[in-house]
Amino acid sequence: MNSALIIIGLTAVMALALGIAARRGHDMTLEQWTVAGRGFGGLLVFLLLAGEIYTTFTFLGGSGWAYGRGAPTYYILAYGSLAYILSYWLLPPIWRYAKQERLVSQSHFFARKYDSRWLGALVALVGVMALVPYLVLQFQGLGIIVSVCSYGSISSTAAIWIGAATVTIYVMVSGMRGVAWNAVVKDILILAVVIFLGVYLPIHYYGGVGEMFHAIDAAKPGFLTFKPTGQSVLWFQSTVALTTLGFFMWPQAFAAVFTAREERILRRNAALLPLYQLILLFVFFCGFAAILQVPGLTGADIDQALLRLSLKTFDPWFVGVIGAAGLLTALVPGSIILVTAATLIANDLLRGLNPDLAEGAVARVARGLAPVIALVAVYFTLQGGQTIVALLLMGYSFVTQLFPAVVCSLMRRNPMTTPGAVAGIVVGVAAVAYITLTHSTFVSLFPFLPAAANDVNIGFASLILNVLASAVVSALTPATQPSAERPPAGRANQRARNPAVTATGWSTAALIFGVLGGLFGLLIGVFGYFVEGIAAAGGQNGAGLFQLISMAIPIASLVGGGMAKSDAVVAGILMLLSAVGMLLVFGFNFFTAIPLVLSGVGGMMALVSANDPKTKTA
Amino acid sequence: MKALGWLAVAPFVGILVGTAFVNRVEPLILGMPFVLAWIVGWVVVGAGLTAIVYLFDPANATSEAGGEGGER
Repeated sequence: MNSALIIIGLTAVMALALGIAARRGHDMTLEQWTVAGRGFGGLLVFLLLAGEIYTTFTFLGGSGWAYGRGAPTYYILAYGSLAYILSYWLLPPIWRYAKQERLVSQSHFFARKYDSRWLGALVALVGVMALVPYLVLQFQGLGIIVSVCSYGSISSTAAIWIGAATVTIYVMVSGMRGVAWNAVVKDILILAVVIFLGVYLPIHYYGGVGEMFHAIDAAKPGFLTFKPTGQSVLWFQSTVALTTLGFFMWPQAFAAVFTAREERILRRNAALLPLYQLILLFVFFCGFAAILQVPGLTGADIDQALLRLSLKTFDPWFVGVIGAAGLLTALVPGSIILVTAATLIANDLLRGLNPDLAEGAVARVARGLAPVIALVAVYFTLQGGQTIVALLLMGYSFVTQLFPAVVCSLMRRNPMTTPGAVAGIVVGVAAVAYITLTHSTFVSLFPFLPAAANDVNIGFASLILNVLASAVVSALTPATQPSAERPPAGRANQRARNPAVTATGWSTAALIFGVLGGLFGLLIGVFGYFVEGIAAAGGQNGAGLFQLISMAIPIASLVGGGMAKSDAVVAGILMLLSAVGMLLVFGFNFFTAIPLVLSGVGGMMALVSANDPKTKTA
Repeated sequence: MKALGWLAVAPFVGILVGTAFVNRVEPLILGMPFVLAWIVGWVVVGAGLTAIVYLFDPANATSEAGGEGGER
């Protein structure tokens, strides 16, 4: 046990004590646990909105990328500031609608705007998918801080478990109220530490910032500018565009907007917060200073750069102070993410689909889910291998897929229909998941594209597919009326409103998806064109039978699509069976994924249109 | 007022398009590589332009009651 670890440990205990103290006098109902009873003033809203600037992501991730990647780290400075400028026009209409309809979550916003609780549930699901990598990166940061500051005596695996346990206990005990108290302490401490390090390190080791950059440029030519390929200028442009659009699509950021007292506050923050981003410069300077002082860190280890340099420079007690600041930057956002994810599943997914669930049950489920989600994140953290920034970019690729549907819903006449919104989000998220899981590149999927297209951020490329899909489906389905344009109605009769429009919308979409999936599947079945598996299997035995099966399966989807209007249940089952059949017979690759997703989504839409109480009134 | 809002387009053009033309290290500005200084410059200018838009936006002139009034 060295003095650094003692200071870090004391900080963790103090944070926990503060959390318990904050809980006093408040029953932990769902509302207290998730939004602290909506009792936060302007400063806390500001801190919540500015929260991302001071997480492990910037502290360790930003400096790590400066150390390991060089110029690409500049994107972190650019996107936050553009996102805040964009928020001047984006957030006030969201806030107005949320106030008018008394909304409390992002999922509710979608459910109400598009008059579909299924879309609300889908949005909650996307939110959870994006939050997991975000939580993983906080755990990874905690692991790095504890293991580096223990001078190697605690392994990083043990450190990750300790960190995850701390966050979970903390969240179970105090919920959002304790988080807010610690957020203030965290921001002051990290501000002081980052500015000190960013000024001191370049002067101490190089004599100044300019001298430092000259030395780096001489030692590693090209490191301080974007490369011709790979993380090129095109990568920078597409990544900044993606993250700017996605910035307020995070469930916790979206909901933080609702807590503002009046819309003017949002506009004023839009002008002030970009300047806050400049703190990042000091974080970058720490990472750049480490390049020539602690060389040799590679892979995911680049995230250790700032701490390794601190270890080399300062006494253990001061390393402890830096580590304690880092601990809070992981603990506080980690807790917010954990509370948000648990609430998303309990309140927006489960209760969204079963509105009769009791408040108490939802609160218990949410608290019970916290350790489960933490365990999932620990599992992914131990799989490891990704840098902190890469993890956040993955989350961004998911949440940004919600952006087109939000912007369209704010227009006077929403050009996007409910099935169109579902189609766009499903296609966008599926594309991100597929490319991430298979480690494929964009050019390998679309060989006709120029090689430079590989530099485009995959999340941004998926966003283009997303917009195309929702445009096509929206053009083919009747328009959705958001509830704002209708006579005001209470929550109770929400389901009964406007039955015909959405019911036909769903079945029309199911028809289109089923038919398209069937046609595409037939194309693959008949020609066996893209699938090596068919030629191989067919050559061995029973070529005729195999071909028959591979044609019958897509035809099932075609028939299902055709029946979507008349018998939705049978149609849905046919399409889903067809999707499963295609998976079994054709196998899974990029080309079979297209009919698979089309038929699968079509089948689900048909079942939704059958189950939806609206259909019965229609 | 609407016309003033277009000021905010400038930082987007500067960062998203302009960066392609300034991808170099020298000359160092305030000790920073030129391309980094370019981005930092647009962050500062962007905040300034947004502040100008805020000050001249009639929607913000309506006092504490804001939200109900404004641009509608």
